[in-house]
Amino acid sequence: MSRTSTIWSKTDVGGHPIPTVTVLALVLAALATVAIGIYGVRLARTTSDFLVASRSVGPRWNAAAISGEYLSAASFLGVAGLIAKYGTDAMWYPIGFTAGYLGLLLFVAAPLRRSGAYTVPDFAEFRLGSRRLRTLSTVVVLLVCGLYLIPQFQGAGLTLNILLGTPGWVGAVGVGLIVIANVAGGGMRSITFVQAFQFWLKLTAVAIPALVLLVHFISEDRPLGSPAPPTLAQETTVDITTDVVVKVAETQSARATGMIDGQPVDGPVSLAPGQHELSAGTQLVLQAGAQVPVVSGAPADGASWLAPGNGLGGPHPLYQVYSLILATFLGTMGLPHVLVRFYTNPDGKAARATALTVIGLLGVFYLFPTLLGVFARLYVPQLLITGTSDAAVLLLPGSVLAGLPGQLLAALVAAGALAAFLSTSSGLLVSVAGVLSTDVLRGRVRDFRIAAILAGAVPLALSITVASLDVSRAVGLVFGVAASTLCPLLVLGIWWRGLTVAGAATGLIAGGAVAAGATTVSVLGGVSDHVWDGWPAVILDYPAAVSVPLAFGSMVLVSRATRHQTVAEVGRIFTRLHAPERLGMGDDRERELRSD
Amino acid sequence: MSTHEHRPTRTRVVLAQRRGARMVRTRVEVQEHTEVGEAMVRGLVRAQLGLALRLALVTVGALCAIPLVGIVFPSLTTATLLGIRLPWLVLGVTVYPFLYGVGRIYIRLAERNEQDFNDLVED
Repeated sequence: MSRTSTIWSKTDVGGHPIPTVTVLALVLAALATVAIGIYGVRLARTTSDFLVASRSVGPRWNAAAISGEYLSAASFLGVAGLIAKYGTDAMWYPIGFTAGYLGLLLFVAAPLRRSGAYTVPDFAEFRLGSRRLRTLSTVVVLLVCGLYLIPQFQGAGLTLNILLGTPGWVGAVGVGLIVIANVAGGGMRSITFVQAFQFWLKLTAVAIPALVLLVHFISEDRPLGSPAPPTLAQETTVDITTDVVVKVAETQSARATGMIDGQPVDGPVSLAPGQHELSAGTQLVLQAGAQVPVVSGAPADGASWLAPGNGLGGPHPLYQVYSLILATFLGTMGLPHVLVRFYTNPDGKAARATALTVIGLLGVFYLFPTLLGVFARLYVPQLLITGTSDAAVLLLPGSVLAGLPGQLLAALVAAGALAAFLSTSSGLLVSVAGVLSTDVLRGRVRDFRIAAILAGAVPLALSITVASLDVSRAVGLVFGVAASTLCPLLVLGIWWRGLTVAGAATGLIAGGAVAAGATTVSVLGGVSDHVWDGWPAVILDYPAAVSVPLAFGSMVLVSRATRHQTVAEVGRIFTRLHAPERLGMGDDRERELRSD
Repeated sequence: MSTHEHRPTRTRVVLAQRRGARMVRTRVEVQEHTEVGEAMVRGLVRAQLGLALRLALVTVGALCAIPLVGIVFPSLTTATLLGIRLPWLVLGVTVYPFLYGVGRIYIRLAERNEQDFNDLVED
């Protein structure tokens, strides 16, 4: 029996018939999204509806909506892939993604809601009274959201390519159009319902396959973590779509066409133990029982994959883990599309309850990608050859279970993946449109709609034209930038009276430039692991441990140096931020906007 | 959920409340930012910040200790419970109830701080 797995290929699914059930599930998920969006559109009239759903969303709905929006493809597909590849240390990603909400609860949630602001730049102006700082924060918000939107659209394109064999732009344009229509139609009002629905869809789509596979695994009684590298159950063809360096433990014979180690090959090859470079376009046929070569930097054998302390590829694993904890713990506090959802709660108490409920929902959700990651290593180890193991969740059910059950599970997972792209990009688009319409345009409902169309179309066009960024890489970049810019602005703004405009601006620029610059360099190729014991390379890959202290430090130092600039009104502002609503100091700032 | 088009600004009719004119003065102190009111708000902010920092320190300390414990006591990383390796159990499952628990404690204590503040203001 022979089988072909095409991984993130831009051509077709290798002659597979397109599974009807999957198409049906994708269409249903898209239709449900549009239908719920239309229901919400009928409720949306005023500017406040569009920006913050008129501050009327209760903790349960809001927590489901936040979780629905937050669990992007990076969580739905990426976490399982990372766990399959790197093992124990990859579990720090979901832990950090969840712990971020504890940080948000402790330092930001209630005061941010009590400020009465309706966007992050609006908070900056409320706290520091400077239009120029507001503009600077607008630029940061656009940067963070834009960087996040492009990989969502690209991921949608690639997912549909894997599932249905459509060209990359089809999925991107499809998701883009649905999202733009929903956001332009009903703004925050309609998106709240859509995202809450999508959370439950995603939880179902990840939980059922994980549990079914768990039952299958237990009944089969296969050993986990054998000292040998993962092996294949049957003959498998792997298409290499990007250049990759793999590690081989024992001499390995295979058939290959393409380029290996810079030499053209066509026919049987023997791979000696050590590292080999496979060029894009190479096709590798591995026999049943063959050991799977693993991407260089990832643990090759089961024993080291099971043990902690191996990091996430590359040197200095302990530094990687700590930098990751820092970036995710603080990054969530600086994500504009998450923050804007906390403005939709009626008061600070509800904002706190929302954050706590989100921690609970995410904690339940992340149990399942962890399980799927373990099963992916066991059942679809050929994914480990390529650097991109994001396809694991999509391909897993079909590879383990034959016939209709496998097809149904695959269809469910596909619907969940589509929901992940739709909900995250909706949330991002609402927050970009909110900022653009109130800061660049005049803040009317019509402006919000124009902003939504513009803010959706530009990243959509970019996502089709620019080179594809790995989903988890892109999300790491965004968390790093958010943790080094908006997070210190909010935390210091809320808790420290001494923050000044000059200090805030310096921190935003310094933190943003270092975090975004470092990741840009490392995405463009980076520095070799051998320079200076690997430190430059690992810091470029995980810049948060440097850029976050830099941002906080520069904000504090420059604020101290410009002490005369301290806002005179700071006492009144702090009372409003921290005093409970019962005192009657609150006032929602979007009332100043016209709503016609 | 209903629409609130032009929801009227929330106003509090203070004199209509039961506890009389004494209360009004303290509340006004806060609202008008007199020295007394300012001091009360400073006290609230300090209490809330102290609470948040303490809990954050506990959480970050506990999380950051996990990789170190694995390095110092390697035998723990291969121990199993119910057939699952300890690190997988800790990182994959138990961390989440821990985070939720810290969140709950924070909300309870933060609301107590606010209640104390309210009691002081309405004293």
